[in-house]
Amino acid sequence: MNDAPLPFFGAGHDPGPSFLELLRAVAPHALPGAGLERLSSPEMPFEVTHGTTVLAVRYEGGVVMAGDRRATAGHAIASRRIEKVFPADEHSGVAIAGAAGPAVEMVKLFQVQLEHYEKVEGEQLSLEGKANQLSQFVRANLPAAMQGFVVIPLFAGYDHRRNRGRVYSYDATGGRYEELDFQTNGSGSVHARNWIKTGWREGLPVEEAIDLSLRALFAAADEDTGTGGPDLVRRIFPMVAIIDADGFRELPADDIAARSEALLTGPERGGYPA
Amino acid sequence: MNMPFYVSPEQVMKDRADYARKGIARGRSLVALEYDNGIVIVAENPSRTLYKVSEIYDRIAFAGVGKYNEFQMLKVAGVRLADMKGFQYSREDVDAKGLANAYAQTLGQVFTHEMKPYEVEILVAQVGTPEHPNNELFHILYDGTMMDEHRFSVLGGQAEAIRAILERDYEPDLDLGAAITLGTKALQAEDGDPIEASALEVGALERSRPRRAFRRIKQPELETLLG
Repeated sequence: MNDAPLPFFGAGHDPGPSFLELLRAVAPHALPGAGLERLSSPEMPFEVTHGTTVLAVRYEGGVVMAGDRRATAGHAIASRRIEKVFPADEHSGVAIAGAAGPAVEMVKLFQVQLEHYEKVEGEQLSLEGKANQLSQFVRANLPAAMQGFVVIPLFAGYDHRRNRGRVYSYDATGGRYEELDFQTNGSGSVHARNWIKTGWREGLPVEEAIDLSLRALFAAADEDTGTGGPDLVRRIFPMVAIIDADGFRELPADDIAARSEALLTGPERGGYPA
Repeated sequence: MNMPFYVSPEQVMKDRADYARKGIARGRSLVALEYDNGIVIVAENPSRTLYKVSEIYDRIAFAGVGKYNEFQMLKVAGVRLADMKGFQYSREDVDAKGLANAYAQTLGQVFTHEMKPYEVEILVAQVGTPEHPNNELFHILYDGTMMDEHRFSVLGGQAEAIRAILERDYEPDLDLGAAITLGTKALQAEDGDPIEASALEVGALERSRPRRAFRRIKQPELETLLG
């Protein structure tokens, strides 16, 4: 097999520590969403798969990120077990809502970008720097978003320079907004956000933040067809990750299952008999 | 019209090789050793920020001696090649052999076709996984010569004296502390002066780490490991 040659660039063309620029220079066809902006069909000839409700909640020691597991294509369920919460690097995470295909590609590119920067420069970007990078990726997706492939991420991480968790939200144009306490995104986001709003307080302990997140997702699934609730038949539960000073870690499925089952006896049951 | 003097190809290559070797010998050497949990690279480097040892990919590290700007450029090109390949194919498809071949090609091309050869020697090291615990050490010279080495690798102008110590004292399955201590002892053979822990740069590819195996070993851990 012939090995690919080392990429070298003349002065003025060097992509620096940016993997996105490197990709633009040597393999533009591999960019996420490449070609989608050239579609000219007045209406989509097929249903695009969408991921739905995700959230990020700041607590006393960091941030909880969570998402349901459903993906929809129009009125159909495209997946019951899609994952929407990803580690961006050791100390930050990204959760996605919107067109699933481009979203997953965007996350993959973002992960490579953060690691690429770190390896080329010899040190990590600041949390704010990472949030701004993601903003560029969302903006790069704007032409595809205009065709209906909208991707809206949530970004959260632990800021070691300020010793606290931070949450960022985005709009389709790449606009980046730092949230003080929490944010939700996707089709069930209004229900989830209202639920969190009534239960959130400064200095929330981690256990309460996890339960609040699960209850907020349940509330969204209860009111929104696009959001999947806990599936007790197939044992599929929401994805929850914690980001604190020690880094990003996903909660084990058993733990989330046990917490979700507690909902069976909580106010979520309403007046229905057991 | 001036006629250029005839110089035999042998003489041209010899002059270039001498030039490259002289440049490399001006810098300090480094060693890489296989130990019980992977590969450790020990370099004499008083700088805390200008690294000779770096991470390239999940299981792959790079080390260079000689001219800093040249091996730094090679390192960045390697990171780019690896990240591109991993992004376009799969992370599992990135391996040290492909990378080492690309480096050998570039160094060989530059050595024969450019005015000035690179004054560097580089190492591409890859650690296996707990299930497939094979280590690879590719040592590449300024002219593109590539060597597949085992147990340990020595890069630099004074390699002979250092290699003699390792040949004598190296044992398989050293622990991390013993491997760094032996590496440091071997490097001291370069000019006989003791090397302080503060003048060492150490990086390890640790087999037991899940994805990114590379880790820098800094003070005060280094001090403790050296006993």
